[in-house]
Amino acid sequence: MQVTFSAEEREFREEVRAFFRDEYPEDIREKQAQGAELDPEDQVRWQQLLHAKGWAGINWPVEYGGTGWSPVQKYIFATEEANANAPIIIPFGLSMVGPVIYTFGNDEQKQRFLPDILASRVWWCQGYSEPGSGSDLASLKMRAELAGDHFVVNGTKTWTTLGQHADWIFCLARTNTDVARRQEGISFLLVDMKTPGVSVKPIILLDGTHEVNEIHFDNVKVPVDNLVGEEGKGWTYGKVLLQHERTNIAGVARSRYRVRRLRKQVQKSVRGASPLAGDKNYMRRLAAVEVELKSLEYTELRTLAAVASGNAPGPESSILKIKGTEIQQAIDMLYLQASGYYALPYVPDQYAPDFSGETIGEGLETQSALRYFNNRKASIYGGSNEIQKNIIAKHVLGL
Amino acid sequence: MDFSLNEIQEMLADSIDKFIDNEYDFDTRQKHAASAAGYNPDVWSTFAELGWTAVPFSEDDGGFDGGPVDIMLMMQRFGRGLVVEPFLANVVLAGGILKRVADAGQKQRWLQAIIGGELQATLAFTEPQAGYDLSDVATTAKPDGDGWILNGRKGFVPNGATSELLIVPARTAGEPGDESGITLFAVAADTQGISCNAYHTIDGLRAAEFRLDAVKVAGDTVLGEAGAGYGALDETIADATLAVCAEAVGIMRVLKDKTIEYSKSRSQFGVPIGSFQALQHRMVDMLTECEQAQSLLIWAAMTHAAGGEDASRAVSSIKYLVGTSGQKLGEEAVQIHGGMGVTWDLDVAHYFKRLTAIGQMFGSADWHLDRLAARAA
Ligand SMILES: Cc1cc2nc3c(=O)[nH]c(=O)nc-3n(C[C@H](O)[C@H](O)[C@H](O)COP(=O)(O)OP(=O)(O)OC[C@H]3O[C@@H](n4cnc5c(N)ncnc54)[C@H](O)[C@@H]3O)c2cc1C
Repeated sequence: MQVTFSAEEREFREEVRAFFRDEYPEDIREKQAQGAELDPEDQVRWQQLLHAKGWAGINWPVEYGGTGWSPVQKYIFATEEANANAPIIIPFGLSMVGPVIYTFGNDEQKQRFLPDILASRVWWCQGYSEPGSGSDLASLKMRAELAGDHFVVNGTKTWTTLGQHADWIFCLARTNTDVARRQEGISFLLVDMKTPGVSVKPIILLDGTHEVNEIHFDNVKVPVDNLVGEEGKGWTYGKVLLQHERTNIAGVARSRYRVRRLRKQVQKSVRGASPLAGDKNYMRRLAAVEVELKSLEYTELRTLAAVASGNAPGPESSILKIKGTEIQQAIDMLYLQASGYYALPYVPDQYAPDFSGETIGEGLETQSALRYFNNRKASIYGGSNEIQKNIIAKHVLGL
Repeated sequence: MDFSLNEIQEMLADSIDKFIDNEYDFDTRQKHAASAAGYNPDVWSTFAELGWTAVPFSEDDGGFDGGPVDIMLMMQRFGRGLVVEPFLANVVLAGGILKRVADAGQKQRWLQAIIGGELQATLAFTEPQAGYDLSDVATTAKPDGDGWILNGRKGFVPNGATSELLIVPARTAGEPGDESGITLFAVAADTQGISCNAYHTIDGLRAAEFRLDAVKVAGDTVLGEAGAGYGALDETIADATLAVCAEAVGIMRVLKDKTIEYSKSRSQFGVPIGSFQALQHRMVDMLTECEQAQSLLIWAAMTHAAGGEDASRAVSSIKYLVGTSGQKLGEEAVQIHGGMGVTWDLDVAHYFKRLTAIGQMFGSADWHLDRLAARAA
């Protein structure tokens, strides 16, 4: 049993820290500190800086330009990244479609797509969910019919995160309807969003943000070259990806950062009132969340260790997703409760760099409710927490 | 034991129900909320014509002599319709102060106008540093000839920007935190020296912060006895707390009903999601919490109406329950709606947001539980 870092690991940590200290652009740091929304260009610029350092493909094998890092290195990186409050890497290219392509794609596809993904030159989005197929993803209806050298794709994808900025979308689509199990006959397709027949319609979330979209496909021609792996095997590929997604969604390092920031914040007096740290009820709840979070940190480390010894993240990743999102939402609630009346103003404009009016509230106060609202999504997406429990019941408990 | 309503209450409840059903669907609400004022002035006039703005005032003042139970009936229904018109600001808050301490002339001038729907008024009950402590009044009023000069800041003022009359507690003696020494002023919002920073709120309503910078007011703007305003302030906020709790209970019921309805119509895995036991038990819990909240609300309204020692316990109890199990119910409603639950277009999210906002107002669940815990045996 050994949980301290080796000399090399400590050295690595210094290197990562130095990078975040020296290379993390001031303007983006400032926006992040204020909780301002990032422009897509900010996001891309940041990911390209990581790429320049060789740190874009965190989970990727070295042969495809990845870091080849050990689980401990990944853990260190995630911790430092969170501590620097750096932007969250948009997962669709680097964590989702990239790994599917290098694992199941052919050489031509690897050459064609991977370098642009790694360098964040192409923005990807994820087209799994449909209006009628959320939790029951295998019921998806998007149709891709083979017609010579291309598929003709028809259907609707929905909840597509940041699809309004995307250049490409990866889709699960039905290429064969004459199958014994619904999961068969689903294929993994890569679609250029500029193809005629693709249209993007915004869906506004409850906090007023445009984060997701509904995407319609009307006789969209997709070259057969854009089929990843075997026809009809898309479900298997997609599932591998989902398990990675679930581990990522847990967001343990981010939660640790947020709790620490909150600990500091409650020591301070806001507007001359006595510091919240004197409120025993509140501090007990904060402490309880810290206990849960420490447990989860070690659950994640144990999962990482298992992955290091050659096991893919299995259904246990569902535990991380459930607990991780529950803790995130508990932290959201703590921020909300710390804000009193100052949770109530809806003033997202005041975080824009060119805002010239009088600001209301201090720190993250006027974002606390919006964050709380928005992050209700965390227990819904990536497979809802109810679905995660079904997975554990079936595949871990054998019920 | 009798939980039935009297004839007048039946009529009041019926008329609001009809209004919500026939004239206040969700799209209409959203339109009003997005308008310049944040509510529809014509609808407000209708409220006045129907006599709804007169309910909690004495017959002598031109009202219907209604009490907390009547306000409860109304607010539950306003909660059901997610009504944005400024009933809380005008009738419960500003009206609540005026009916308690204003003299005949002041009532004639302001309360009558509120009841008639001709004057928009509100109460500036909190300050930036004050949190939920009503006695933390740092705004000062210094005598100046026959009048006063006010200086200070006010936080979260519901419907502040559209209000023509602000009721402003200011300190004429003592220190912030003292209950004595607080004087209530009725100040025209366009008086020189008042600046308003207006904003939308997270639940689609409106509020504002105010700065009072050497604001000169006449002697006849003092409501009640100088230095003795805290009692009326405290009682009015207790009324308002109960009112928003009733609104919250109305909202809880809608969220519960909509969730059950949705779970019957939304299918996944070839069956309605309502057929999954994992969700069924949770919806049973939602029903239970709704009924519990309804029960406590009735007790609280009656107890508050009776006054006496238990009145403040009643208010804190229901505010605590709404802030805890009500909030949880809101989260469950969103969760069971899946992705739909977090969208702007679906009404569920807006009910949830209003419920959340209510949780932040007039004392959080923690704050009220502290008050309950501190009670002597
Ligand atoms: C903000 C946001 C971003 C998203 N981004 C993307 C994206 O980029 N790409 C993409 O493809 N998808 C995305 N999604 C979609 C997401 O994966 C789905 O919302 C999710 O799978 C749930 O599906 P649903 O919304 O249709 O809810 P439903 O499946 O209709 O579920 C409704 C409720 O029923 C419960 N339920 C369903 N089945 C069962 C069961 N068997 N047992 C118990 N309970 C059950 C669910 O847990 C939920 O509480 C996103 C969603 C959101 C909200």
